[in-house]
Amino acid sequence: MSTATTWAKSDRQRERERLRRRDARRSGAVATASTVGVFGLAVWALVSSPGWPRVRETFFSWSEFAGSFGDVLSGFWVNVQIFLIAEPIILVVGLAVALARGVRTPAFFPLRALAVAYTDVFRGIPTILLVYLVGFGVPALNLSGAPSSPLALGVIALVLSYGAYVAEVFRAGIASVHPSQLAAARSLGLSRPQALRYVVLPQAIRTVVPPLLNDFASLQKDTALVAVLGVIEALRQAQIHSALTFNYTPYLAAALLFVLLTVPLARFTDWLAARAERRRAPGDR
Amino acid sequence: MLRRLTVLPVLAVLVAAAACAPADDTTAAAPSASGTAACAKESLPLKTAGTLTIGTDKPAYEPWFSDDDPTNGKGFESAVAYAVAEKLGFAETEVKWETVGFDSSYAPGPKTFDFDINQVSISEARAKAVTFSAGYYDVAQAVVGLEDGKFASATGVAALKDAKIGVQVGTTSLTAVQDQIKPGTQPQVFNNQIDAVNALKNKQVDAIVVDLPTAFYVTAAQIEGSKIIGQLPAAGGTPERFGLVLEKGSALVGCLDQALGELRSSGDLAKIQDQWLAAAAGAPVLR
Repeated sequence: MSTATTWAKSDRQRERERLRRRDARRSGAVATASTVGVFGLAVWALVSSPGWPRVRETFFSWSEFAGSFGDVLSGFWVNVQIFLIAEPIILVVGLAVALARGVRTPAFFPLRALAVAYTDVFRGIPTILLVYLVGFGVPALNLSGAPSSPLALGVIALVLSYGAYVAEVFRAGIASVHPSQLAAARSLGLSRPQALRYVVLPQAIRTVVPPLLNDFASLQKDTALVAVLGVIEALRQAQIHSALTFNYTPYLAAALLFVLLTVPLARFTDWLAARAERRRAPGDR
Repeated sequence: MLRRLTVLPVLAVLVAAAACAPADDTTAAAPSASGTAACAKESLPLKTAGTLTIGTDKPAYEPWFSDDDPTNGKGFESAVAYAVAEKLGFAETEVKWETVGFDSSYAPGPKTFDFDINQVSISEARAKAVTFSAGYYDVAQAVVGLEDGKFASATGVAALKDAKIGVQVGTTSLTAVQDQIKPGTQPQVFNNQIDAVNALKNKQVDAIVVDLPTAFYVTAAQIEGSKIIGQLPAAGGTPERFGLVLEKGSALVGCLDQALGELRSSGDLAKIQDQWLAAAAGAPVLR
């Protein structure tokens, strides 16, 4: 019986599938041709320009790349270290400042004012200026016990700058949780801090993960700013090689390393966003 | 719809390519000058006819320039530039200065200056990217520290092994530190000379390495209580020389070399050096 009633596609269905395959092949071919055409033209325009041999020699020299890559890579390890140390501190500072802004008790008004002043001032100062001010200003004070290592000073400057951005991200997340959530939690007998801890923050943090990761991608690149304090990181190492040989290829090597670090973070952000979307509206695609 | 979509980007690239239409350099093709006649002011391959355009970085440091103003003819490099201009037949009013950052002085492609004078040391690797004139100054590197610093009494490079050393990025001072002092801790590399000087003032570094004339300026005018610990011996026997930087293949170089040669043989170059870098003699050499 089972053999007699084996399901088979109807002729109409086969025809439909054939047409779909043909359409897919055709649009694939067109996309390929267009891509090849556009990039081919772009490359042709680049390569046929009269200055190309000199540009190739100064920006794309394989021997320069190979010669500087080791040093640039070891410099890049410094960037990664700065990032790994600064990152968790920034999270703590950012969250603390965001919470301080939400304190309603009158006695704690100075704390709230301080938090507002902090975000206003440190988001307003260009990060490189902050690195300069902290890096050269703090040691000039001649305080005993103040850090003197340029690496530590650089991390402090980055934390001050990015802490302010991240605080605002957290604040936005907290504000995005509907007030009824807090009201419901309070009506269940939770205190305000408890309601914040168990109801509001978990939802808020989940919401702000993509913008947080965005800030961290930005931080990864800004670790290069610490170079102005004398730290030899990837950018500075590339600059040294470049100045020695008057060739820009080492900068390309440094850029490549930064891209390799930020791309996985970008894909991770995409994946998180997609997952959040699936959870919010399952099956709705 | 499909067709239009494929044509649009191709068209865009074509338009872009046409907009930045390949323009051939015409300046670099002239034959190199050798005779005096070829270096007549009118026949020089200049960026702007009748004007000698000279580049240097900003700030322009003492003792190479004075008051951060290259146009005043004061300071060694400003004086050399005007002497060269005079040899080529330019009046002072026909010299135009242009601000050119160090990093952009060696960028490929057409330059905005006829030559750049900015304490650039001549090297074989660098000569692949730009054209250098003959050297106009033989330079030595010197170590500067604080008088009450740990390394103030060092007499040899070996004594400086444990020092934290600062240098300016892009300078041959860094190479000198790495090749000759070989310090145990990595040197700190700063964006500019002022940052390195401040780091020494703040005691963030034990010593800085700069060229000798700069060292004299630093100790005399920039940091109270600092001293030249000593100068580094020339590496490998060949003295380091500053040269004028020209666009790669520039035909002007022959005439500049000729002008510099005349200034050297007439003793004018030595006179300029005595006037502006007189103090730069007599620092002990570290062995």
